[in-house]
Amino acid sequence: MIPNQKSANPHALRPRLSFLRRYIFTTDHHVIGLQYLALALVAVAVGSTLSLLMRLHLSWPNLALPFHGPILPEDYLALVTLHGTIMLFFVLTTAPQSGFGNLILPAQIGSRTMAFPLLNAASFWITAAALLTLLMSTFAQGGAAISGWTAYPPLSAVASAGPGQALGMDLWLLSIGLFAIASTIASINTLVTIINLRCDGMTWERLPLTVWGWFTAALLSILAFSVLLAALVLLFCDRHAGTSFFLPAGDLVNGTLHSGGNGSPLLWLHLFWFFGHPEVYIAILPGMGLTSMLLANFSRRKVFAYRTMILTTLLIGFLGILVWGHHMFVAGLNPFAGTAFSISTIAIAIPSTAKVLSWLATTWRSRPHLTTAMLFSLGFVSLFITGGLTGPILAQPILDQYLHNTFFVVAHFHFIMAMAGIFGLFSATYYWFPLVTGRMMSESLGRLHFWGTFLGAYTTFLPMHITGLAAEPRHYAQLTGIPGTAAASLLAHGSIPLQSHITYSAIFLASVQILFFINLIHSSHHGLPATGNPWQATTLEWHPELAPFSDQFASNERIAVVRAPCAYSDTSFQTQWDTGHNPE
Amino acid sequence: MIPLTMPHPVAPHALLSGLFRNLPWPLPQDASAHGPALDLHLFLNLWIALGLFALAHLLLLIGLLRRRSPEPSEDRIWRIEYLPLAALALLFIALAVQAERLWAATRYTGADPAALQVEVTGMQFAWYFRYPGTDATFGTTQPQLVSAAEGNPLGIDPSDPHSHDDLVTSELVLPAGREVDLRLHAQDVIHGFAIPEMRLKQNAVPGQTIHIHFTPTQPGTYAILCTQLCGLGHYRMNANLRVLPPADFAQWIAEKEKAQP
Ligand code: HEM
Ligand SMILES: [Cu+2]
Ligand SMILES: [Cu+2]
Repeated sequence: MIPNQKSANPHALRPRLSFLRRYIFTTDHHVIGLQYLALALVAVAVGSTLSLLMRLHLSWPNLALPFHGPILPEDYLALVTLHGTIMLFFVLTTAPQSGFGNLILPAQIGSRTMAFPLLNAASFWITAAALLTLLMSTFAQGGAAISGWTAYPPLSAVASAGPGQALGMDLWLLSIGLFAIASTIASINTLVTIINLRCDGMTWERLPLTVWGWFTAALLSILAFSVLLAALVLLFCDRHAGTSFFLPAGDLVNGTLHSGGNGSPLLWLHLFWFFGHPEVYIAILPGMGLTSMLLANFSRRKVFAYRTMILTTLLIGFLGILVWGHHMFVAGLNPFAGTAFSISTIAIAIPSTAKVLSWLATTWRSRPHLTTAMLFSLGFVSLFITGGLTGPILAQPILDQYLHNTFFVVAHFHFIMAMAGIFGLFSATYYWFPLVTGRMMSESLGRLHFWGTFLGAYTTFLPMHITGLAAEPRHYAQLTGIPGTAAASLLAHGSIPLQSHITYSAIFLASVQILFFINLIHSSHHGLPATGNPWQATTLEWHPELAPFSDQFASNERIAVVRAPCAYSDTSFQTQWDTGHNPE
Repeated sequence: MIPLTMPHPVAPHALLSGLFRNLPWPLPQDASAHGPALDLHLFLNLWIALGLFALAHLLLLIGLLRRRSPEPSEDRIWRIEYLPLAALALLFIALAVQAERLWAATRYTGADPAALQVEVTGMQFAWYFRYPGTDATFGTTQPQLVSAAEGNPLGIDPSDPHSHDDLVTSELVLPAGREVDLRLHAQDVIHGFAIPEMRLKQNAVPGQTIHIHFTPTQPGTYAILCTQLCGLGHYRMNANLRVLPPADFAQWIAEKEKAQP
């Protein structure tokens, strides 16, 4: 038995610090991880609320909001922009990479610290400042930015291009700039930690696949966010320093004539998507790693084809840098370049498929323990398959010329990134909750939460394929009551009938999350006490010396591993470290 | 896999029945020469995706429900992982090759020199179309001359003799069965020129001229949308495409030319 319950004074062996030093201005990576997770939780609540407002407006355009009135077209676009930006950066990048990356990663490699604790704290506070800046932009004169999370210029480069494109857009740039800096710092920290602080015996091949996910995502982050940061600075200069990186000569925006040099809006698209595509993998790679590990854990099996899994993770990361043009097939790219990017994109479907096959083989006839964490991992596999299958369709330029910027694309990325990413985060939460709190989350509430969320995800996003095939465009503030008979009739018989269904489903999906919050709060005080290693995990974060906030954490016992993770047999299991006696 | 087409235009009360008649893939009517091949390839892709979706979920479910067996040996990795992977790769490659063929056919080469020339300009939040007139040459434009109030939204330079017979319209009128060569411009920000019924989409980018060409086949009125977020009026930036029988088109353009000041 390995005791892991919180003792009366969990910090007995640690120097006594004031509350502020311990929980706010801390350099303890566990606390920083929790801070990141708390930030992501706030962000996801805000981001989801914004999406519900969008859905409500699409179904009932005349609905007036309390304290605000009707949602105007510019309000709708500000909602889209904020929703996308918050979800992508502050939830799906922050929570897996920085949240769980801090809370769990060091322990999984047998380290008691991150490589650069002070930088770590700095990057958290920069991220917090970035989120605050973004949220404050709603109150900026003229409102929040309306150019979408991709911020294509000249719309984003000229203040006269629309409401929200003056101060609101500057704050957006500042926010994402700060975020890029924080992510770059955090990724350097992650990389150095993984490379330098692995404990004895932790060879590269013995690294858990979660660590490979974090590692590859960190490599991509450094590359992608530095390019994004450069692009943001150039755009800022176009807005305020009279440069013309993205502005062509003679551009006339709502009465403002650009008489400077001759730049190209397409340059932004290249820079942005060179960041943007790796970014979507940054969001999902840790989730893929976690899914692999949890499927093995609850199936009591090894991960099928572990080496291939490592290889495909790296391959996805590498190919991920070469495919950005698939977002630009109809953006003015040379048609031959379209073909090249199509080929590289289809190529990335191959390592992705390999992962799915490996997951299917791992769970095949394993009769796994269907805990809530496992259910969310299985859900991840399902969503990843569903979203992944539309990827190769969109990767064919001739088909993308019909589907681009329709709801078909929205369906694709909500399955493969948004929903799969969130499922990864739920898995992680249910799985590691006992490690952090010493208590179990309620399984019955958890199962209810899973089935509701799984059902809600499908009923909300599956129909979007249909409305997309019927040509419903993204980013439309209204689908009814638009001028133009042909357009009105096209949208009416194509996509209107499903709109209210999608909205009701979205409300259902959001409401089910209340179960999660109840579970989280209730279980942290009243959950069943957890044993030291409740899931019979094999990885080091369950090592008694490494459990966060435990008595023994500060001890100096040497940590060493002796075998690869997931050493399961039908009746027993062996942890990566040698316990000297048979574990429970 | 035969593309079902949606009757057009449909009265609002027929919405649901229209949708169901066309399930599972409710694409709008297809009225361009390259469209049917595109649709067919899209339907093929969708059926394959649906099939793989079902297959993968079936494997997942069966794997979960059947009683426990010893874990699959990694010696069988070829059978379990590499061979299915190779088969799927071949499938993806075959689909991609066919897609590239279709893409090449519409995009690799320019329009036939005999194609009808029309210039399309996107601006917040309208589309304008310009026909070069009897001299077959577009007059030059200058952003300084743009003035919607004075009836010159494109900034056509009146001192250029080529510009005198240029015809500017707010709807795109085309003859059925003749190829059209569109040159896309944007005056202010990026716009997305899209005609779902023509299975066509191409962004118009400021500072650039982008050519696309296609042949409308069926007379009718179709929607031209903007599909690239361009500002607060993005959702209402649309125009009509009217495809006319060739004789009607000739008459239409002759009348328009005559009405020119
Ligand atoms: C099988 C592998 C995949 C392929 C072949 C693929 C292909 C594509 C293509 C071609 C597009 C552009 C569609 C368009 O805008 O017209 C796209 C969009 C997108 N994909 Fe994927 N994808 C794959 C996997 C992923 C993954 C793993 C993620 C995220 C984790 C992802 C997230 C996205 C997002 C967010 C967009 C939309 C970006 C935007 O317009 O805002 N995709 N995908
Ligand atoms: Cu991409
Ligand atoms: Cu537009």
